[in-house]
Amino acid sequence: MSAAGEPLIELRGVSRTFQAGESEVRALEDVDLDVQRGEFTAIMGSSGSGKSTLLHLLGCLDRPTRGVYRLAGRDVSRLSEDERAAVRSREIGFVFQSFNLIPRTSARENVELPLVYGGVSAAEQRERAETALREVGLADRAEHLPSQLSGGQQQRVAIARAIVGRPSLLLADEPTGNLDSRTSVEIIALFQRLNRERGMTVLLVTHESDVAGFTSRVITMRDGRILSDVRQTPVAARGEAA
Amino acid sequence: MRLAAMTLRTALRALRRNKLRSALTMLGVVIGVAAVIVMVSIGQGATSAVERQIRSLGTNLLMVFPGATTRGGVRSGWGGASTLTVADAEAIAAECPAVSKVAWIKRSVAQVVNGELNWSTGIQGSSPSYAEVREWPVAHGSFFGEREEASAARVAVLGHTVVDKLFGVGEDPLGAVIRIKDVPFRVVGVLEKKGQNTWGQDQDDTILIPFSTAERRVLGTEILGTVDVIFGKTERPDDLAQASSQIEALLRQRHRTAPAEDADFTVRSLDDMARMSQSANDIMSMLLLAVASISLLVGGIGIMNILLVSVTERTREIGLRMAVGARRRHILAQFLVESVAISLVGGLAGAALGIGVSIAISALAGWPTVIAPEAVLGALLFAAAVGIFFGFYPARRAAGLDPIAALRFE
Repeated sequence: MSAAGEPLIELRGVSRTFQAGESEVRALEDVDLDVQRGEFTAIMGSSGSGKSTLLHLLGCLDRPTRGVYRLAGRDVSRLSEDERAAVRSREIGFVFQSFNLIPRTSARENVELPLVYGGVSAAEQRERAETALREVGLADRAEHLPSQLSGGQQQRVAIARAIVGRPSLLLADEPTGNLDSRTSVEIIALFQRLNRERGMTVLLVTHESDVAGFTSRVITMRDGRILSDVRQTPVAARGEAA
Repeated sequence: MRLAAMTLRTALRALRRNKLRSALTMLGVVIGVAAVIVMVSIGQGATSAVERQIRSLGTNLLMVFPGATTRGGVRSGWGGASTLTVADAEAIAAECPAVSKVAWIKRSVAQVVNGELNWSTGIQGSSPSYAEVREWPVAHGSFFGEREEASAARVAVLGHTVVDKLFGVGEDPLGAVIRIKDVPFRVVGVLEKKGQNTWGQDQDDTILIPFSTAERRVLGTEILGTVDVIFGKTERPDDLAQASSQIEALLRQRHRTAPAEDADFTVRSLDDMARMSQSANDIMSMLLLAVASISLLVGGIGIMNILLVSVTERTREIGLRMAVGARRRHILAQFLVESVAISLVGGLAGAALGIGVSIAISALAGWPTVIAPEAVLGALLFAAAVGIFFGFYPARRAAGLDPIAALRFE
């Protein structure tokens, strides 16, 4: 698809301002950022630092006020809503702090959801959903409802849902925020494995520095700007349930 | 298509998730659809009953009443004036080629006695042609003929109701002697049952006697030869208009009515009468239907209300669906399908209820009802339209949500 060495994510001079009554809130100011394929990056920062806005922009849920965002070489910063929905469906997987599984709907059907909107045949949906659930270690829970699963299991289902469409970018917004520390490590280990074994580009927003420690790159934000961008040797997370 | 199936499944699941709420929401549509169907079936029942009654008067029939009309309607009805005579009737028979057969009657109410039983009923002095013109066959015995008319014979043909009132069960009325105004009459025939006429009169509550007998022995009119109604029959329905104008012209001439003057008689065909009662019926039906439709609209507002609640409750779900690639129109379709599902399921239940109530009304209240398939289908389509109409606003609201705000919604 893209030439080797071309970054998956390329932000150039990206700003995002919100209109709050009379005043303008500058959530992002003139951000330049490259993320290569296969990187495992954490975005840190206090609340109001612009990290969530950055995540939404990267996930094509939002558009920059100024600047250019190229995803896999394609400028997506001026796309219409429907076009962005198509990009999300094809290129991006989301994991949220609060799992956001649809209640009273089996784990498998939750995982199938992105494929439904992606126009995949029923048989393939099922097969790919089961593969994704196997990947997160929940093959035997496919027909369980979210209410019958623990928090960690629900987040695994959400991760399966995020990877089922084989996206090039996995975005996670405080994925361990609702989990106890042991389960958090398990979830991080799962991200590490997906990054290592499947070469998936993972970008997660967190305010916990120990979570950030498991990643290979930590970007710290403050007042809508990138304060620091550090590459590091990640700590190996242990304890992932097989 | 898989997306359509999923959309439908999601909608049904959402409705099942709140069974009581969905059921209560549907109730409005159920009642609305049931009301529409019941109203239409009562209206149609009334219409077909009217048609049956009009037909029971006889086919291809014209009636001439004494008394004038204005263009707006009847000014003076039955027997309002004694302007029609037997001679008029005979002239119509002789001189109006479009009229194939003529009959005339004179009527009055009298007390009738048979042994211990007595009954007040309408006595009709009728020309011998009456039974044929009215297409009213005799069930037992025979009708009187010219000989009885000429001799003013004291013979009577009884309507079904009169037989019931004057004779015990199993008693044969034929050959019995009854007294009408103290005059003895021999019963020679019993008419077939005919039922109510258009204006709710029991047509079987009558006794027919020869016209001359009525004039001379029972009714005791001062002016001999006047009649209350002249019936004219045509061969074909198409001849009715022609027959009507021929009668009109002839009687105007015979009564020396100037062209500008109102005639002192009225010619009416069954068509006119059918139309009159039909239009009264139609107005009633439209009113009832309007009321029923309003309840359907109220049901629609209920749907809208609940869907708005549902959109709010499922804001995060909507945000999530958008995040994983749902376009706005997918979300719009999602909630529209939900709305139509409520209204259609409610509509089906309402149709069943409406049909049941219609049948019950027929059985219990004795009103005639006709369940028209097009009314059922129409009510269902209307319900679906209500679903789309009232579902659109909440659905558009859901589709218009900002995915980021929706995902953050608590």
